[in-house]
Amino acid sequence: MKSVTNVIICGTGGQGILLASEVLCAAATHAGNDVKKSEVHGMAQRGGSVSSHVRFGEKIYSPLVEKGTADLILAMEKMEGLRWSPYLASHGKIVACDMKINPMTVNTGVAEYPDVEEIIEKENLPVKLIPAVEIAEELGNLRVVNIVLTGAVSPHLPIDEVHWKKAIEESVPPKALKVNLEAFRKGRELFGK
Amino acid sequence: MRKKLNTIEKGTLLLSGNEAVARGAWEYGVHFATAYPGTPSTEILETIGEEYDEIDAQWAPNEKVGLEVIAGASFAGARVLTAMKHVGLNVAADPFFTLSYIGATGGIVIVSADDPGMHSSQNEQDNRLMGKAAKVVILEPSDSQEAKDMVGEALRISEDFDTPVLLRMTTRICHSKSMVKVGPREEFPVNGYVTDIKKRVPIPYHAREMHKRVEKRLEDISAWGSESFLNRIEDGDTSLGIITSGISYQYVKEVSPEASVLKIGMSNPLPWNLIEKFINMVDRIIFVEENDPYLEENIKARFLIQADGENIIPIEGELNPEIVRKAVHPGTIKKVTFSDIELPARPPALCPGCPHRGAFYCLSKLGGSSTGDIGCYTLGMMPPHNALETTVCMGASIGVLSGIEKATGRKEMGKMVAAIGESTFVHSGITGLIDMVYNGSTGTVMIMDNSLTAMTGGQENPTTGKNLRGEPAPILNLEQMVTACGVKYIRVVDPHDLPEMEKALKEEMAREELSVIITRRPCIMTYRPGKISVAILDPEKCIDCKMCMKLGCPAISWDVDKPDISGLLCWPNCDMCVQVCPVDAISKDMEGLQ
Repeated sequence: MKSVTNVIICGTGGQGILLASEVLCAAATHAGNDVKKSEVHGMAQRGGSVSSHVRFGEKIYSPLVEKGTADLILAMEKMEGLRWSPYLASHGKIVACDMKINPMTVNTGVAEYPDVEEIIEKENLPVKLIPAVEIAEELGNLRVVNIVLTGAVSPHLPIDEVHWKKAIEESVPPKALKVNLEAFRKGRELFGK
Repeated sequence: MRKKLNTIEKGTLLLSGNEAVARGAWEYGVHFATAYPGTPSTEILETIGEEYDEIDAQWAPNEKVGLEVIAGASFAGARVLTAMKHVGLNVAADPFFTLSYIGATGGIVIVSADDPGMHSSQNEQDNRLMGKAAKVVILEPSDSQEAKDMVGEALRISEDFDTPVLLRMTTRICHSKSMVKVGPREEFPVNGYVTDIKKRVPIPYHAREMHKRVEKRLEDISAWGSESFLNRIEDGDTSLGIITSGISYQYVKEVSPEASVLKIGMSNPLPWNLIEKFINMVDRIIFVEENDPYLEENIKARFLIQADGENIIPIEGELNPEIVRKAVHPGTIKKVTFSDIELPARPPALCPGCPHRGAFYCLSKLGGSSTGDIGCYTLGMMPPHNALETTVCMGASIGVLSGIEKATGRKEMGKMVAAIGESTFVHSGITGLIDMVYNGSTGTVMIMDNSLTAMTGGQENPTTGKNLRGEPAPILNLEQMVTACGVKYIRVVDPHDLPEMEKALKEEMAREELSVIITRRPCIMTYRPGKISVAILDPEKCIDCKMCMKLGCPAISWDVDKPDISGLLCWPNCDMCVQVCPVDAISKDMEGLQ
């Protein structure tokens, strides 16, 4: 196991990025790591780009991930995953929800939403797009999109499944526990390979 | 489910810097705490309110009052803490500077959360300069453990040396989580108020003595600081010595694990003896600090040394490991495999269903605009509304509007109103309104009352009917308050009722007297819809006029030749798009939704 794992979780305000990073931190803690995470609050959360950096390993100093060192980028919105690509290590990967949310700059005609699939191909980016919204719809709860994606990335991180489950139990309210555990399992089984 | 934190008396918790300050307040026996919400400091008092019942905690109407109230509690022997964002300390500066002379009876901790990089602020001021100007002790934590420990040390310093202590945090400390060893709460007695006029009435005769005492205090604390755990030398390669503090310390350890490091935890007064020792130990010195070259200027001025710092580290913006690596060890920059991709920016926007949208839509439609203030509604400046043109500080919208009128006359001022939220109005807008009445200004002040301090995540305030702990509180009546100021024309309007909103603005902007419009509708964060209801577009009826796009609603995007309404984003109790569509192409079931 390498000494430090670097993860960036990104998307837009209100997509459950903070909960997903809470779950990752709790799981990494249960697995016996030193953990640091950094996130953005306030004005940036009003529908803007939001990101959370999580680092874990034996000893962590900086709470911020350096460019070129992220082992994994988890994106709740497909374009947001591309925004962080310079942070990706050469061996790293991006796992992104295939959902598209237009930024206001696109709605007001200042900019155009890019063809994400075309960029991925052209830049040869290691991106895996996942229909997490569909899975969440099947489970009857759109709020678990973030946990479906967490399940999908979980096998790529050096944390055992038991720690993930314990982390989810601690992070969500009891009445939402069942659907969240199911979302995690589906994400892990369907897209974790 | 998680246990309440005051039931956990030992172990290790993953806490944000703000949560760690709250924890420190609890463990080290703080009796009373206040704050006005402000990113990145807000969660300190929120956490105290949610987790630690033993601390009496309350929201203040503004930072000045927050500091004055804890000053009084300290006079009576209580351990106290107040928290604010960096610009909040400007509001509290008046009591802050004089409280330094008066000193502390019960320990006083004043938390200033600075915002390098301006994630959520209008300036990047470095409050180490404020602390030094006020001649108080400044402590700078570099992770959550230190944030907690330093609350305890700040209280001890405050009581032992009779001084307020400024705990200077930054966004990256406030909002990063790291491991914290926790302990039980220690109780301290509140000794009660004892009269001491010479100590607490700084008439010139007393204050001259107080100032002498303050200068002596700084000398004593500096000598003490060289022995304190707050400041330390980490031995390493003596060819390079790095002097650093706060979050910058973490970046230094990340990129330069071999170097000798002088970590400053107390940045005023500086521990001169320890600094001198370090300077003599190493061959070359680099200062790594965020924002102003505070340590660099002070240490260079005292010891007349040559060193790198602001010549290789930027003053503006937030630091990160890359910037520090580039400055200190440019040869070790990490290889970037994937280059930057040009993508549309995703700036923040008013939420779907936001009450402010109706007001800015109408203002924009009438060709009007506004002098603005600090809150979510500052986003009224964004396209498509473009209906807010100035922001200075909390409460300034009203003074600025009146100043424009003074300079140009009412006619030239045209369709300009002041746009200010209810929490900001209570914080420091009311004095601007009193000025307008007193000095005969005309114009329209729009108090945007969403019954919540929203931008900081949704906190109670004197108009919401609840206190910090969510218990019932008296509701400050804005209409009566404005009436008492002497405003003759006051109207209250629901900003989602677009015809009424437009009529109110049109009539009041035409009036050649002072008027107040209160736009009243609760923030969506306080509304729990009983059902999901989504606006539906009939593409047969749609004439592609793009009127709905003028709302600037994040739920409505333009899809080739038709609007596309996102079912995921559309807010249940909002039908403004239905109202603006001229051909009834959008419909929405609003039954049971207000």
